[in-house]
Amino acid sequence: MASQAWQHEGILTTKLSEVVGWARKNSLWPMPFGTACCAIELMATLASRYDLARFGAEVIRFSPRQSDLMIVSGRISLKMMPVLLKIWEQMPEPKWCISQGACASCGGIFDNYAMIQGVDRFIPVQVYVPGCPPRPESIIDALIKIQEIVEREGLKSRTA
Amino acid sequence: MDVATAAVEKITALFTDTVIGTQESCGQKFVEVQRDRIVDLLTFLKNDAELSFECLMDLTAIDGLNQGAPERFCVVYHLYSFRNNGFLRIKAYVPEGDPWIDSVSGVWKSAAWAEREVYDLFGIQFPGHPDLKRLLLPEYLTGHPLRKDYPLRGLGERDNFPRYVGGA
Repeated sequence: MASQAWQHEGILTTKLSEVVGWARKNSLWPMPFGTACCAIELMATLASRYDLARFGAEVIRFSPRQSDLMIVSGRISLKMMPVLLKIWEQMPEPKWCISQGACASCGGIFDNYAMIQGVDRFIPVQVYVPGCPPRPESIIDALIKIQEIVEREGLKSRTA
Repeated sequence: MDVATAAVEKITALFTDTVIGTQESCGQKFVEVQRDRIVDLLTFLKNDAELSFECLMDLTAIDGLNQGAPERFCVVYHLYSFRNNGFLRIKAYVPEGDPWIDSVSGVWKSAAWAEREVYDLFGIQFPGHPDLKRLLLPEYLTGHPLRKDYPLRGLGERDNFPRYVGGA
């Protein structure tokens, strides 16, 4: 954040978009869409050893209406894709998506009729996490990358 | 004499026109039959006082495409007799062109869901079934994926979802 005058009086001057971006990136509320082993790694990331709360994203919301970051962790089947779409549509804008692991990103080893070959075919994904399943460090790295994207989001309306 | 041998003797004598043959695999006897009198046959095996195969352990099917089977499909009934602690398998052949076999859900209620699963994955019809609809797969699907001639990557079902149009 820029700060020039009045600094000695404890006052900063900056742009509103930067303040909003800073606030948003440090209070992400993730919506975990856990369907497989990636969700176990996600839980480990949230627990005390790796502690995602250090990055302001500890409030896991199981209601899409209260969250702004979807983490798709696990394979998405033919029957689960309409559910994923419905939940994604219920999340208020602005929203972001992490596709965690090989299955969510490209189908992984499951190349058959029942398995979606990457959720980015149907919903927008900002960050992909490689691995099968990825370690917690990778998920933290993905969150930091999402934070950089969120910071640049600004005040423009997405739906306009 | 174990119960499977007794059962084979009885049904070969009583259902001469339906029984095709008897074989043994992994120490378990199985009887190959035609589909026409399957309900009579299984009702007899269940209700016979001596045999009493009261439990339908499993009901499934096999697609024997290009494997030299008498007919392409084969519905398999795994029976168990609590009284005699014995197993018996019944294999009923179902031709490809007209795949149906009478439902045994009137004999064992547990057969209803198993038959729905077989219908779902093999496309075999079960006349007499109370509610024959897909059990596992979405209802809009047209194919039957466990058929050997069904393509592994499907008929485009996995790509036919609407793409989310909104902000990104």
